[in-house]
Amino acid sequence: MTAQFLYGGAGLILFVLGLWSFLVHAPLLRKLIALNIMGGGVFHVLIAVAYRGDGVPPDPVPHALVLTGIVVAVSATALGLVLGARMQAGEREG
Amino acid sequence: MTQTSDRARQRAQARAQERARDLSLLLGVLLALLGAVLLGLYYLALDGGAAPRLAELALARLPESGVGNPVTAVLVNYRAFDTLVELAVLLAAVLGIWSLGPAPPGFQRSGAVLAGMVSWVVPLLIVASGYMLWVGGYAPGGAFQAGALLGAAGVIVRLAGDPTAGLPAEATQRWLLVLGVLVFALVGLGLMLFGAGFLTYPPKLAKWLILLIESAATIAIAAALAAAYVGGRPAPSKAAIDDYGSDSSP
Repeated sequence: MTAQFLYGGAGLILFVLGLWSFLVHAPLLRKLIALNIMGGGVFHVLIAVAYRGDGVPPDPVPHALVLTGIVVAVSATALGLVLGARMQAGEREG
Repeated sequence: MTQTSDRARQRAQARAQERARDLSLLLGVLLALLGAVLLGLYYLALDGGAAPRLAELALARLPESGVGNPVTAVLVNYRAFDTLVELAVLLAAVLGIWSLGPAPPGFQRSGAVLAGMVSWVVPLLIVASGYMLWVGGYAPGGAFQAGALLGAAGVIVRLAGDPTAGLPAEATQRWLLVLGVLVFALVGLGLMLFGAGFLTYPPKLAKWLILLIESAATIAIAAALAAAYVGGRPAPSKAAIDDYGSDSSP
């Protein structure tokens, strides 16, 4: 249980750190990185939740959720990055 | 006069800075409290012991699912609908990126060393992606991992100087991007025609239907990831420009 608590707890700390950075820092790139760190924390927690004890296969449902979440996070980040780049290009043109 | 207004502005600026610092400090304290509460709740939940969970059900029905890897079974069989809509999310992201305008120009052609490495790494990634796709049936792996490897091959190709990231012309690329959703939905609708529910695979056919869906999803995911890395609608191909008889690039 200690290992599970440490792993999941690290995920919770990552989530809170990401949330702090997301709220405090203004630049879009830093917000996107912060969002991804928050997502990484959530994945950590989900993987820790899937653990069911030694010698027992882990719960596949949270694992599938993590896979799904990674794909959604990647596509949202890509869209956010392109939007940010376009905004910056628009600002430069005036 | 200008001196006093300068000083006033400076004072206002300093006050605003101070307020921002106070606010971020307050946020830090509040979020630290939030983290402590979450950690405490998590500890209590772990301490409370195991609650009933879906794992037993998922593992018990595994022989009927057509695959040996429970994660693949959850993704493409038990919760196939989620995965279908998730492929649609990926497609929507690429559509959003394309609607924001043409792709930025690629990088310069790579030197001999990088080009040599690319010619080794890209075929290796393609083979590894095929392996990942197949191994997903009975061990960790599957369409998402395979698609990520194949997409990474596209990223490397673009980094080495090919502006299209190895993707075909726009018309073909559109088909590749929708392939995952298309095959997934067609299999579901076909099963409805034969009397099963939407995406309810008959156990005998399940393995092959899942392999078909996963193969299509791998290609679609890889194309979407590479297209997202390109970061815009592909430039019209030379043939398309010649067809219209003029340069239609914006």
